[in-house]
Amino acid sequence: MTEEIIRLEAVTKSYNIGMTSEIEVLHGIDLTINRGDFVALMGPSGSGKSTLLNIIGLLDKPTSGRLAIHGQDTGTLDDAAVTRLRGHTIGFVFQYHMLISALTAAENVMMPILVDKGRSNAAIEAKARSLLDQVGLSAVADNLAPNMSGGQQQRVAIARALAMDPDLVLADEPTGNLDSKSADDVFELMRRVNARGGASFLIVTHNLALAQRCDRIVEVVDGRLKA
Amino acid sequence: MNRIAPIAWIMALRFLKDGRLQTLFILGGIAIGVAVIVFMSAMLAGLEQNFLRRVLTSQAHIQILPPDQVARPLPSAAGVFADQIIQRPSQRIRSVDQWQKVMDAARSMEDVAVVSPNASGSALLTRGEASRSVSMTGVVPETYFLVVRLPDYLVEGQPRLSSEDILIGTDLARDIGAVVGGKVNVTAASGARRTLTITGLLDFGNKGANMRAAFVALRTAQSLIGMVGGITSIDVTVRDIYTAETIARRIAAEHPVQADSWIKTNAQFFSAMRAQIATNTLIRVFVGLSVAFGIAAVLIVSVIQRSKDIGILRAMGARRGQLMQVFLIQGGLLGFAGSLIGAAMGLGALVYWHSLARQADGKELFPLVLDPTLVASAAVMATIVGVLAAAMPAVRAARLDPVVAIRG
Ligand SMILES: Nc1ncnc2c1ncn2[C@@H]1O[C@H](COP(=O)(O)OP(=O)(O)OP(=O)(O)O)[C@@H](O)[C@H]1O
Ligand SMILES: [Mg+2]
Repeated sequence: MTEEIIRLEAVTKSYNIGMTSEIEVLHGIDLTINRGDFVALMGPSGSGKSTLLNIIGLLDKPTSGRLAIHGQDTGTLDDAAVTRLRGHTIGFVFQYHMLISALTAAENVMMPILVDKGRSNAAIEAKARSLLDQVGLSAVADNLAPNMSGGQQQRVAIARALAMDPDLVLADEPTGNLDSKSADDVFELMRRVNARGGASFLIVTHNLALAQRCDRIVEVVDGRLKA
Repeated sequence: MNRIAPIAWIMALRFLKDGRLQTLFILGGIAIGVAVIVFMSAMLAGLEQNFLRRVLTSQAHIQILPPDQVARPLPSAAGVFADQIIQRPSQRIRSVDQWQKVMDAARSMEDVAVVSPNASGSALLTRGEASRSVSMTGVVPETYFLVVRLPDYLVEGQPRLSSEDILIGTDLARDIGAVVGGKVNVTAASGARRTLTITGLLDFGNKGANMRAAFVALRTAQSLIGMVGGITSIDVTVRDIYTAETIARRIAAEHPVQADSWIKTNAQFFSAMRAQIATNTLIRVFVGLSVAFGIAAVLIVSVIQRSKDIGILRAMGARRGQLMQVFLIQGGLLGFAGSLIGAAMGLGALVYWHSLARQADGKELFPLVLDPTLVASAAVMATIVGVLAAAMPAVRAARLDPVVAIRG
């Protein structure tokens, strides 16, 4: 039995609405992601992949169309509800690791739980350390974010994305600026988490070899999906 | 990570620590502003206290006098006046009417501490060839010394005032070549004359006073000015010096006398003080404003610098309110910490300046008034200013679009 996590129906996105520079970037996207899915999102630069990810991740709103999470329409939710839903169901891994530089690796991993719970406790700290352990970074758990290599930072970002046990991890070119060995490690890490029955993944990548190791490839061309 | 502090506090502290240089510079700015305010306020309080101490140990809080004599125009016929120019009559020395009754009434008032009758007038002091006109005050030493602490001003001799004794100013003594234990002749305007023994010399720290002051026993003065059984004024001290004016008015309303409080006779000081306080307030407001602008400027820059972090926090589920808190707390912490450093600096400067600034005779220029409420109020004010100054940056942080922040 498949459990639907995300459903997009006829989603469009335009920028600069009402101005002469108005441009529609996404033209009617239909997409469903189910529990356990491990999907690669490909497409040329500027085709709208990041835009689509931001909409799915509730960071941005579609101009028209419908986005349902767990079957619930998100169009009518207010900012507080959207923020809460995002925190509890979505984990982000951005292209440029995007850790908070004033915090250590462990604190970065704790942060999604902390903003939800309000303050730290032993269980949260233990969880962060166990996640870092899973991504093989116990040794640098107390390093400030800038004092780690690119690959390490990206693995911290993955651990952080998993902190709230999200249903879906959205990864925007997570291996884009890593060497092929590190890229492979990071990709395998995500595969393993997914295989253990954890989150579903939607991964933007330009690397066809990696994409082919996913369960499904979705391609965006000029703002439309090519199956 | 600290498990007690809410996450907004931890983030605020981390951001401040991370932007060390900015934090240090703005703390310096706030501290200097607060130091100026604390220094000025403490110095002003010291000068005020100094003044009060001086005035209130050398002058009665309330002086009761006979009422002013007023000339009434003589009507030559109903509604027609002989002359429209009315000259003020010269005020001859008169006794306070029913002064025993007035004194008893004053003494029975709740806030009144000491009541002391005086008989004063001018007199001529002669010793050999030398003579000087003096203002002679006849007093009851037991009570008068509680009003004006003459023994404190005594530089030679004893504060003794029997009916044959006289205490005079140091400059006066030097002028006529008199010494303690010597005799002087005192001649009053009425022509009455007594020979008195100098029991002590007084230095009021004021040449005019030292030249003209002469104190004798009440009875001696009464007989010299020809007013046996009468007195020219009653000195009153009160427990709370700021009630003096109210009490003076009550006395004047209930008896046919004039009653002047020290507040009225030192009106000039109070208006000078008011001007000082107004200036001080103005400076506070402008220092407060510049501190506020400084904090706001630093935090606005910080919001821009940290827009990526803010975007990430939002993507991870941080609410707008939490981000707002992070920046409001930073503003408050900057104000609070800056004010404590500033207060320490201001008080340090005050103590140092106090040790340097001396009067000609080596006495302190102003008393050191270290009021803890001054520090507390500076800290509270600076914290409030900091939080208010952070409002705009905080709103900007909360409104930041995470998509833009993350892409940027
Ligand atoms: N805020 C914006 N205002 C105007 N146009 C925008 C804005 N954001 C994105 N676009 C445009 O939308 C299109 C899609 O952008 P998007 O970032 O989604 O592409 P992408 O597929 O992620 O590209 P890349 O592979 O280079 O990351 C681009 O043409 C871009 O110029
Ligand atoms: Mg992109």
